[in-house]
Amino acid sequence: MDTQLKRGLLDVCVLAAIKGEDSYGYKIIKDLSPYIRLSESTLYTILKRLESSKMLTVRNVEHDGRLRKYYHITESGLSRIEEFKVEWGEIFAIYQFITKEDNENGEK
Amino acid sequence: MGKNEFLEKLRLRLSGIPQVDADERVSFYSEMIDDRIEEGLAEEQAVAELGSVDEIVSQILSEVPLTAIVKEKVKSSRALRLGEILLIILGSPIWISLLVAALAAVISVYVSIWSVIVAVWAIEFSFAVVAVSGIFSLFVFSAVGKVVSGIAMLGVGIAFVGVTILGFLICLWITKAIIWATKWVFLKIKSGLTRKERA
Repeated sequence: MDTQLKRGLLDVCVLAAIKGEDSYGYKIIKDLSPYIRLSESTLYTILKRLESSKMLTVRNVEHDGRLRKYYHITESGLSRIEEFKVEWGEIFAIYQFITKEDNENGEK
Repeated sequence: MGKNEFLEKLRLRLSGIPQVDADERVSFYSEMIDDRIEEGLAEEQAVAELGSVDEIVSQILSEVPLTAIVKEKVKSSRALRLGEILLIILGSPIWISLLVAALAAVISVYVSIWSVIVAVWAIEFSFAVVAVSGIFSLFVFSAVGKVVSGIAMLGVGIAFVGVTILGFLICLWITKAIIWATKWVFLKIKSGLTRKERA
């Protein structure tokens, strides 16, 4: 897949994984695993990028005698997801245009 | 490999990147291992799932900018004494010129890499010019009555259309290969800079 496209897609995937409730690194990887395989270092980079663009915030929570980082989605993170939905609608329209000819040929 | 051994190896290999960044990455992996163990995985297995230290380090290094690595290397040396400062000032005619030479060398390597790419595409462009002008010559030669020469030129033109197409693919391949090689060299420089820290 085109790297630029994939990067944007992964960002939104991670945002969606923390949308419902705050989540932590391993849980994000597990929740996304049925759809996309994320390596730890890839996730780290995405989380950093989202944090510096203020789409999420991080807090340390004590868990079982150790610290665990929880990621919380911000308003701009939520609006990024909404933006993606609109973009995806546009991409889907383009997809339909691209495959239109195939379908017409198939019917003949 | 156990958790502590893994984290220690990682920390050692990351000693060349900015300290804060390295610490944060190591604690990120530590949390990942703990969460896997909590889920019921054996320690060794939890570590194995993260992949090899080599893989992790080379991915991290490709993300950290070269400037950050160099800065960290310079920063890690201790504060300067008065004598050393004096020596630096007195030696400036020598080291400044050496620095300029080193910079010039780096720039010239860059320029020569790009001039190869430019040269290759210039050759390709000249092929295209021959192809177009060869075909066009047919009309010019025909107009002055030299039809046979015109047809010969047309042949040359068509032959060069083929050469141009083939040349385009080769140029694309060469450009990609050079860019890939440049990236590879940069990764080697980065890992070279971070590895020396261990000694």
